[in-house]
Amino acid sequence: MPKDDGIGASTKRREDVRFLTGNGKYTDDINLRGQCFVHFLRSDVAHGRIRGIDTSAAEGMDGVLKVFTAADFETAGGLPCGWQVTDRFGEVMQEPKHPILAEGKVRHVGDPICAVVAETYEQARDAAEAIEVDIEQLEAVVDMKAALAEGAPKVHDELTSNLCYDWGFVEENKDAVNAAFESAAHVVSLELTNNRLVANPMEPRVAVGDYDPWGDSHTLYTTSQNPHVIRLLMGAFVLNIPEHKLRVVAPDVGGGFGSKIYHYAEEAFCTYAAKVLKRPVKWTSSRSEAFISDAHGRDHKTKIELALDADHNFTALRTETYANMGAYLSTFAPSIPTWLHGTLMAGNYKTPLIYVNVKAVFTNTVPVDAYRGAGRPEATFQIERLVDKAARELGVDPIELRRKNFIKADEFPYQTPVAVVYDTGNYHATMDKMLELADYAGFEARRAESAKHGKLRGFGIAHYIEACGIAPSNLVGQLGARAGLYESASVRVNATGSISVYTGSHSHGQGHETSFAQVVADMIGVDANSIEIHHGDTSNTPMGMGTYGSRSLAVGGSAIVKATNKIIDKAKKIAAHLLEAAPEDIELKDGKFSVAGTDKSVDWSGVTLAAYVPHNYPLEDLEPGLEETAFYDPSNFTYPSGAYGCEIELDPETGKIDILRFIAADDFGNIVNPMIVEGQVHGGLAQGIGQALLENCAYDDEGQLLSGSFMDYAMPRADDVRGFTVDHSCITPCTHNPLGVKGCGEAGAIGSPPAVVNAAIDALHRAGHTHVTHIDMPLTPARVWAAMKA
Amino acid sequence: MSQVKMKVNGREVSAATEGRTLLSSYLRDLLGLTGTHVGCDTSQCGACVVLVDGKAVKSCTAFAADLEGAEVTTVEGMANPDGSLGRIQQAFQDYHGLQCGFCTPGMVMSTAALLAENPKPSEEEVRHYLEGNICRCTGYQNIVRAVMAASGQDAGALAAE
Repeated sequence: MPKDDGIGASTKRREDVRFLTGNGKYTDDINLRGQCFVHFLRSDVAHGRIRGIDTSAAEGMDGVLKVFTAADFETAGGLPCGWQVTDRFGEVMQEPKHPILAEGKVRHVGDPICAVVAETYEQARDAAEAIEVDIEQLEAVVDMKAALAEGAPKVHDELTSNLCYDWGFVEENKDAVNAAFESAAHVVSLELTNNRLVANPMEPRVAVGDYDPWGDSHTLYTTSQNPHVIRLLMGAFVLNIPEHKLRVVAPDVGGGFGSKIYHYAEEAFCTYAAKVLKRPVKWTSSRSEAFISDAHGRDHKTKIELALDADHNFTALRTETYANMGAYLSTFAPSIPTWLHGTLMAGNYKTPLIYVNVKAVFTNTVPVDAYRGAGRPEATFQIERLVDKAARELGVDPIELRRKNFIKADEFPYQTPVAVVYDTGNYHATMDKMLELADYAGFEARRAESAKHGKLRGFGIAHYIEACGIAPSNLVGQLGARAGLYESASVRVNATGSISVYTGSHSHGQGHETSFAQVVADMIGVDANSIEIHHGDTSNTPMGMGTYGSRSLAVGGSAIVKATNKIIDKAKKIAAHLLEAAPEDIELKDGKFSVAGTDKSVDWSGVTLAAYVPHNYPLEDLEPGLEETAFYDPSNFTYPSGAYGCEIELDPETGKIDILRFIAADDFGNIVNPMIVEGQVHGGLAQGIGQALLENCAYDDEGQLLSGSFMDYAMPRADDVRGFTVDHSCITPCTHNPLGVKGCGEAGAIGSPPAVVNAAIDALHRAGHTHVTHIDMPLTPARVWAAMKA
Repeated sequence: MSQVKMKVNGREVSAATEGRTLLSSYLRDLLGLTGTHVGCDTSQCGACVVLVDGKAVKSCTAFAADLEGAEVTTVEGMANPDGSLGRIQQAFQDYHGLQCGFCTPGMVMSTAALLAENPKPSEEEVRHYLEGNICRCTGYQNIVRAVMAASGQDAGALAAE
């Protein structure tokens, strides 16, 4: 059994105590002396030319300090995009400017036009209502194919069209793929939509800007998943503030799911306005504002085709996808439908030839960027829906068709035709485990029982692969990333032996303060309670690329391991001196250094004290102190995988689907805290099931957001999702990071949507509704009922 | 502006409020009790739930001025007298019923109201009662387990279907 607080233990989370007692410190809980408040006046039309702005009435209102417009930001840069995609003709993508406040045109409902700063939030809101903006409304483009049509209105006048890029991958394979289709025994195709979603972390975004005129230094408190990235992007590209004059703090953050990765206009605004006004400036988003200003997710339309030979081996796959970018390029938007999507199109299968085409399109909608899974849910949904459809068309068992084409356990490492090399996996094992836990053998009896009550029961399967732990910096640099994707850690051992760890990863629900301490406690053999994990402040951590893409433990944890190993190496040298032995003879076990084969030993605190009170110390060979920093740059992605099974009941009278059971058999490699891992999967499942059954971000033809609040956007609630069984006993450790971990944060959201839809189609087919081959998400009762009756 | 008095977590308090000041703002901005969170503006998410005279109330939807003399309990008032986690809070930690912690104050307060009304709720009753509290992190399963445990029932025995 693992130690109570070491690797493998379900240690209770230490951060819970402050959250449960109301003592969390979220950004909106920060109130600085003398702070004032900003309210953004946002466009209520999707597309328009700004003919004039009259702020005079607002400026004279009670409490108003200043009304800002684009004219106040003439020296500032636009919000930068962190990834440049090169299209299939070798040209770089079209990259329009994304201003802090709208310049000349508004391009989506929610585009900020003016910012009113006042003594109170209420005064700022009242004054915003007195601003007169004269807008010539222009025809909006909302539908992606319409946006690409000849003569379509352009979102950005200075671009040649609304096409951001036309990407092909692997372009050189295109002819071979097409030839494989021509000689195929069977071809199966499917057109589908990956519905647009809103991440909706429960904490809306908040920014507080502060300026110290005496030191000419800025501090930004913000709801971010990566404060160092915000410091870099905002300082270097938008406001021209060098890093040593800019501190970014992301304290307790109430969930992110991707939407808090990006650098947003409000962050730059509050930082800048605090200097102009010489007062702290605070912005707290309302939920309604969040719906029209947080980056959205997904929104792909795809045609996918699979070629098979006469023995049902997959011989080729090709896809054509339209990916909505929204009105501007959000920080990582271009990478999502390309490198985080196309590289996963092999799925778990030995498809030898793959061609992926993606057209990224500007529309008059909120920018779209990564949302939990980011490209990989889109890939998995296409593949796993199509494989299921293929099995039905060929009249074979969907489980057997998958097993037949799976990469086998002895075939790793496996080079896919879409660039990536899977290091480990055992897909047959996860599939078997899922079917066992699901009691798949008993399904037919359960189905008969449901039928007696007039309900249609179905069982849906999906097997996913994801690429996590992003990423080798030199590789992503070649692919267009404008950042490195390493992580840093500093381990500061204090004189009495307690340990302060500074990590560039950021916890906004993942429990790093607990699990990272478990790793260090396990390595050194000390009580985890003597270890404190610090994160979220650029002033105390060397650098950090932050938390997204299930990378925190795989990359950030590896940096901590690396720094801790440096600590152990130095501590052994100190111990060797104290014990009058050679460093290579020193062993560390349970927090005690001993000389191999003797009873001579010194405990951890004896060594740490010697490091800081170096009276008996090899000063000629070794510096005093015990503090080390490490940067870890991964050599490959990690490849979590798993089999998901979803059992549903469908009411044929109403089309309503109830989730009865959901089984997740995941291979996350080694596990540090099983309790936290299970919780991450639960949360991912709820979001994936939400996408499949409930959630839809809908615009009308004029670009008005129809689902702009929790009244209209259906978030999963406690009685919508249930019956989760999570297993992570199938383990093939990652081969290239020191913990052998793969990442678990996104799996649930990646694997569950196709499992749910496959279950619905299964229920319908078993009941004779064989004309229904696909229903687009969300599978609302109305859509299911209509499909049945079609 | 008018002075509004209440008893919050057993303490007499008073603060000057506008007619439009919401109870959530009264607690957070005027009293500095930032444990109560605001997650939406349509009374849907329940992060702001507090007890007013023993009943669960969405504090973003109640005017402070209407609550003169009310007894209000917030998440800050749920610990044991010695400062240790109260029964509901402890169950949430034990069963990993929270992740980012933002919805948690509302979940704890709704649970308190539920268990006051119905000391031994079934899983269905728990799920139905918590419909007005949205959590984006946990998928609810561990929240339901925590509520069952806080009510002294077997938290492991959630129905598979």
